[in-house]
Amino acid sequence: MTRAGAKFWVGAAAVMLLALAATAILKNEYWFYAGFVVLQFVVLATAWNILGGYAGYVNFGTSAFVGAGTYAAIVAIKALAAPLGVQILLAAGIAGLLGFATGLLTLRLRGIFFSIATVAVAIVLETFIVNWRFVGGSTGIQILRPVDTGLFGSYTKMLFLVMVGLSVAAAAIARTLEISWIGRGLRAVRDNEEAAESCGVPTLRLKLIACTISGALMGAAGAPMAVYQSYIEPASAFSLNYSILALAMPIVGGTAHWSGPVLGALLFGTLQQVVSATISSELNRLVIGVMLIVFVVGAPAGIVGLWRKWAAKRAGAGSP
Amino acid sequence: MNGAPLLSVEGLVKRFAGFVALSEIRLAVAPGERLGLIGPNGSGKTTLINCVSGLLRPEQGAILYDGRAITRMPAFERTRLGIARSFQIPRPFRSMSVLENLMVPLDYVAHRGQLRDTGAQDEAMALLAQMGLAEKAQAFAGSLTQVDLRKLELARALAARPKLLISDEAMAGLSGAEIEEVLALLWRLNETGITVIMIEHIMSAVMRFSQRVICLDAGKIIAEGTPTQMVENPEVRRAYLGA
Repeated sequence: MTRAGAKFWVGAAAVMLLALAATAILKNEYWFYAGFVVLQFVVLATAWNILGGYAGYVNFGTSAFVGAGTYAAIVAIKALAAPLGVQILLAAGIAGLLGFATGLLTLRLRGIFFSIATVAVAIVLETFIVNWRFVGGSTGIQILRPVDTGLFGSYTKMLFLVMVGLSVAAAAIARTLEISWIGRGLRAVRDNEEAAESCGVPTLRLKLIACTISGALMGAAGAPMAVYQSYIEPASAFSLNYSILALAMPIVGGTAHWSGPVLGALLFGTLQQVVSATISSELNRLVIGVMLIVFVVGAPAGIVGLWRKWAAKRAGAGSP
Repeated sequence: MNGAPLLSVEGLVKRFAGFVALSEIRLAVAPGERLGLIGPNGSGKTTLINCVSGLLRPEQGAILYDGRAITRMPAFERTRLGIARSFQIPRPFRSMSVLENLMVPLDYVAHRGQLRDTGAQDEAMALLAQMGLAEKAQAFAGSLTQVDLRKLELARALAARPKLLISDEAMAGLSGAEIEEVLALLWRLNETGITVIMIEHIMSAVMRFSQRVICLDAGKIIAEGTPTQMVENPEVRRAYLGA
């Protein structure tokens, strides 16, 4: 393993231990309730970035994959009484398949046309769920949380830890892709697709891989929503919020490096929780909008880009 | 021409909506040959190259490479079979360093399936040295000058270890000395056995370099022959060279 790789895994282990310690120390359930939401966006932003950041294909349909994940979990609960782990795996599988199918149909489209097609996928899927009685249709469905296992103190704490695990897994997958030959190929696709193809890069295949992995991670992030919220209806499961935030967070954090979406989601997600808890949930939309404009205009490479610029300047000033 | 051709194009037709860009193009390129492709702007040279390299699908006709039909094969597979090209307007991977630009074809063609890229890095550096780009290996491709971009374009094509190299106006905008440099390089490559198709508007270069020249006009081959024959051909003079 490389030194950077070792550093990453030590960091990942530290994050998980910290989270575990937090569940033992902190008594107020609210922290974990809010933390779950922030971490869900870490997974979503990281997943979005695999296709949107690395390959440059802007997916406006994150909500389709999250919703697919949530409803896959609902089906798993209703039909199979499956435990959470199985729900997540099934959701990842279904959303991954959805990613593959969407990719097959839309990835030949470029730029804005691809983005519009992904919006359509979200609408089609929501309409399908609205008309599916088994999962509650448009009125929604009540999911009973399993009886508290006592593990990690409470069910909310357990869900929080599951999301920590998913976040670490998502970051690890994104990082692995980024530094592999796939990452280099995806960047070539983003920079110039025809030149990439002429350099021997199987562009369609790489985009399909990215779309499938990205979709699977989004679905996995959506699965625990079923037991987290206990009541699910299509309008919230397919909320446009997911699509917008999953795109805004990597832009704020920086799309070139796996840490960009993680930072963007932590910053954005936390700020959102703070603003909606202390001021108002309406104002929190305004905060998102202003931040997005500030970053797009002032720091198009995001926080990671600012950091690199600063580091380069310091290195330049330090040498004679 | 003796022996089987490396590339042969048979009855190729390419239309854009109603416009016929290529009509019934028929040509063959022998292994190791240096072929020049000339013709006025819009005569179909780049369209032909795009069909051969796989970025465009022709409406009719067939393309055979090394004895197999590649008419419907995706571009990346053709590159892996040994067809590499440079683009008329340089298309670097702008977010990458010059070295990384070469790593793309090295990763995906020559060193495919290998986990460590140390060998590939050395190969990339050797190619950059050959092109006079070694000092700029770490520079961002987006920051290069036109001349360096053209060199990068060729270097990246070479990194795919081609058997057939298609150079689409690699010398446009270069100075006299730089043209000589690129010509010498293409010559050296040809001596190692690489077949070269050169699209070029710089007549002194294409006429000196090519063993055979094909002239396109309005999607048709209007003349074919040695450079000397071409200069004397009245059709070519009318369509392209100017009487």
